[in-house]
Amino acid sequence: MRRTPLLLVLTIAAAAASRGSWPVHDAADVLRICADPNNLPFSNAAGEGFENQLARLVADELGKKLSYTWRAQRRGFIRNTLKAGLCDVVMGVPTGYDPVETTAPYYRSRYVLVSRRDRGIDVASLKDARLREYRIGVHLIGDDGMNTPPAHALAQEGVVENVVGFTIYGDYREPAPPLRLIKAVENGAIDIAAAWGPFAGYDALHSRIPLRIEAIKETADFAPLRFSFDISMGVRKGDQGLRRRLDEIISRKRAEIRAIVESYGVPIDSARNG
Amino acid sequence: MRKLWLPYLTIPPALALSALMFDLNLSNPCLAQQREGNETLPGLYADPANWPIASRDYANTRFSALDQVTTQNVGQLKLAWSFSVGADRGQEAAPLVIDGTMYVVAPYDGPRPNQVFALDAATGELKWSYAPKPNPAAKGVACCDVVSRGLAYDGGKLFLATLDDHMVALDARTGDELWVTQLGDINLGETITMAPLAVKGKVLVGNSGGEMGVRGWVTAVDQASGKIAWRAYSTGPDSDVLIGEDFKPYYGWMKGKDLGVQSWPADRWRVGGGTVWGWLAYDPDLNHLYYGTANPGPWNANQRPGDNLWTSTIFARDVDTGAAKWAYQASPHDLWDHDEINENVLVDLDIGHETRKALIHPGRNGYLYVIDRTSGEVLSADPYDTVTVYSGVDLKTGRIQPVESMTPVLDKTIENVCPAPPGAKDWQPTAWSPRTRLLYVPHQHLCANFRTSEVSYIAGTPFVGATVDMYAGPGGHRGEFMAWDPVKRTKVWSLTEKFPVWSGALATAGDVVFYGTMDRKFKAVDAKTGQVLWQATGPSGFIGQPVTYLGGDGVQYVAILSGVGGWPGVVANAEVDPRVRNGALGFTGAMQDLPLYTVGGSTLLVFSLGHSGVTNAPSGR
Repeated sequence: MRRTPLLLVLTIAAAAASRGSWPVHDAADVLRICADPNNLPFSNAAGEGFENQLARLVADELGKKLSYTWRAQRRGFIRNTLKAGLCDVVMGVPTGYDPVETTAPYYRSRYVLVSRRDRGIDVASLKDARLREYRIGVHLIGDDGMNTPPAHALAQEGVVENVVGFTIYGDYREPAPPLRLIKAVENGAIDIAAAWGPFAGYDALHSRIPLRIEAIKETADFAPLRFSFDISMGVRKGDQGLRRRLDEIISRKRAEIRAIVESYGVPIDSARNG
Repeated sequence: MRKLWLPYLTIPPALALSALMFDLNLSNPCLAQQREGNETLPGLYADPANWPIASRDYANTRFSALDQVTTQNVGQLKLAWSFSVGADRGQEAAPLVIDGTMYVVAPYDGPRPNQVFALDAATGELKWSYAPKPNPAAKGVACCDVVSRGLAYDGGKLFLATLDDHMVALDARTGDELWVTQLGDINLGETITMAPLAVKGKVLVGNSGGEMGVRGWVTAVDQASGKIAWRAYSTGPDSDVLIGEDFKPYYGWMKGKDLGVQSWPADRWRVGGGTVWGWLAYDPDLNHLYYGTANPGPWNANQRPGDNLWTSTIFARDVDTGAAKWAYQASPHDLWDHDEINENVLVDLDIGHETRKALIHPGRNGYLYVIDRTSGEVLSADPYDTVTVYSGVDLKTGRIQPVESMTPVLDKTIENVCPAPPGAKDWQPTAWSPRTRLLYVPHQHLCANFRTSEVSYIAGTPFVGATVDMYAGPGGHRGEFMAWDPVKRTKVWSLTEKFPVWSGALATAGDVVFYGTMDRKFKAVDAKTGQVLWQATGPSGFIGQPVTYLGGDGVQYVAILSGVGGWPGVVANAEVDPRVRNGALGFTGAMQDLPLYTVGGSTLLVFSLGHSGVTNAPSGR
């Protein structure tokens, strides 16, 4: 194998997942999850993400064993996993995400600006004129010209030349490819990154270089863009029975779930505005 | 030698007899020697028995000189044999036929992704099959669908480009793997879906994956060693784009140093798109390779001010070195996903009072270009479908004129965008008949509304997505098959279709033209009048490339893969919820009823006159 051991694991998992075209309806005592095998802090094949921990918690509550179908969470992910019958739950999706039935939200986070604390950059708004002096990193999605909210907002503000794009997909051989945006802040390749909160918070927790995280403020002018999102679990459309059981667990275990999410450094947004 | 194949077969007596006769037909030792691999591709396609290139010839005409099947007898076409390639995904590949053997490749799906099959082209008997050992991660990261558009053949070798970026050379007689070269990395979102083209000891191919931030290239690989001979990028400095002293674009705005860098904000070309996933063409006299590049991505248009060269551009290159000779950017600073990977058909046309070496390019942007292929001068550019986002092409400057009021703005719904993002025509290739001097164009007829709305999610990241609602253009039909006169610059006849016509076209010397529809019809049409002469109903919708050839029995066969998929067909074969109008990047909205007509499939269908007794023959007209 010319790949790293990590990829070998992914390879085997993916091969197992794609073996048959008949969805295997496991015994009723198994909770089947579809997840990205390489996207910390959310999930990885070693079970180290907070969504892995939440899946364990949910499975225990339901009295079921846990099984995973691994697939890179890209365009077609829901279509090729949940809708193809390979699993019954996706642990994290935005509330109201149309391809699936979403549960009650179990956390809410926000896009943030992250910089090295030793730089003393106290910018918290994308309208701040000082941003023009910095190299700013953003994640790119590339889906029909749509990108992350800060990428759009900066363009709207005419901030173009000093913006550096990091495709969300990155190099899938590397661990947690989207995190390289935050690593670029650590190593000084960029001055500041505008990132989805969980990436920034998780990296800050583990970085040897102290990082400063500022929730992005003054976003009203950028509507219909939103910078804050509720996150739910997702089941197949119409699978009301399972959704209700998950809602019940989310309600009953709220404190425990919150503790797990926060233990990964995820900035929790309590504001209800965009 | 043919007899070397025999040990691989279990031969029923009747077939053994026909194989013997077949050998007698080719008992000329000189011919047999040539067929061992010394014959050039132009030599192979000069013999109408063969179909040795996905587009049949270097000029991309898809014209066959075979005339057993005519407008008079095409109504008697019957299914001769069929074959399953084993993976129910979009079947876009062209079968190749060389000396009575057919080679066909499956999509990247199922237990053996991109499996290659060699079949007796007359009987359908399987001679050998080959399955590459791909990286299973490839499927999860590929854009759109996991199609293959076909194989290449030259000098006794078969060339397979796998979705996970490997070029594989096979011994065409045995299916033995000769070499494998990795050309890109699936882990970076890079894939290969196009059919390679073999030219002068090299085999050329380009990459896909612009949505993933992939930087486009075309690469020439040495046929003997598998070593990379040259690679030309579509963005970046001249040294990467292989722009040097030989580069002479016709229009001034494409002249200058490092425009592949200068026409972008700082460093943005590094994830600039401009992938190469359509068709290559070659002019042996000029020694030029021609192809078009895809749209810029993955930036929003307002994050990449500038022309974004060399995306959505047609290139002419020296095939030996890759050096660019000229370029023409069809859609500077593309706003609409109108990449220009569509085929270039190389024909000589009498324009005015002179014969011009022309390149016909039916653009994704809705304009049918006739370009001087020696210089890159646009001779004409006429809309061949409904166009609302451009007002025309200025022939003095060569620049397309965008309609300013249609520029997409984040908080505004833009309605009546025509053509929609798949363009007036996507990858599905046209055919040219030198008898009628008409271009036969399969294409879609879709408009779209752009609005910003629903929440989306990728790789753990929520964002507000674009909703692209596509719908049938004026007239209510979503597809058209038409004949276009590139000299008179007019449509000669037209057949409207319920769904986008996503299959290729085939023209023959019998003055019959073939194409397939997504609602499972394979049609034969009078090349002069457009009258439908025959149609068969297939197991699944058609998005493949029809071909025709002679079997070892001297009979003309017509073949096409059945199996709906590709971008519009994802709704039918991959369980996109047809109620979700913006699924599959907006295409679902225009295709909600497709599942009422077809599901996915994987069957190669081969038709001929006079064969009978096949119990599952589709009904004729």
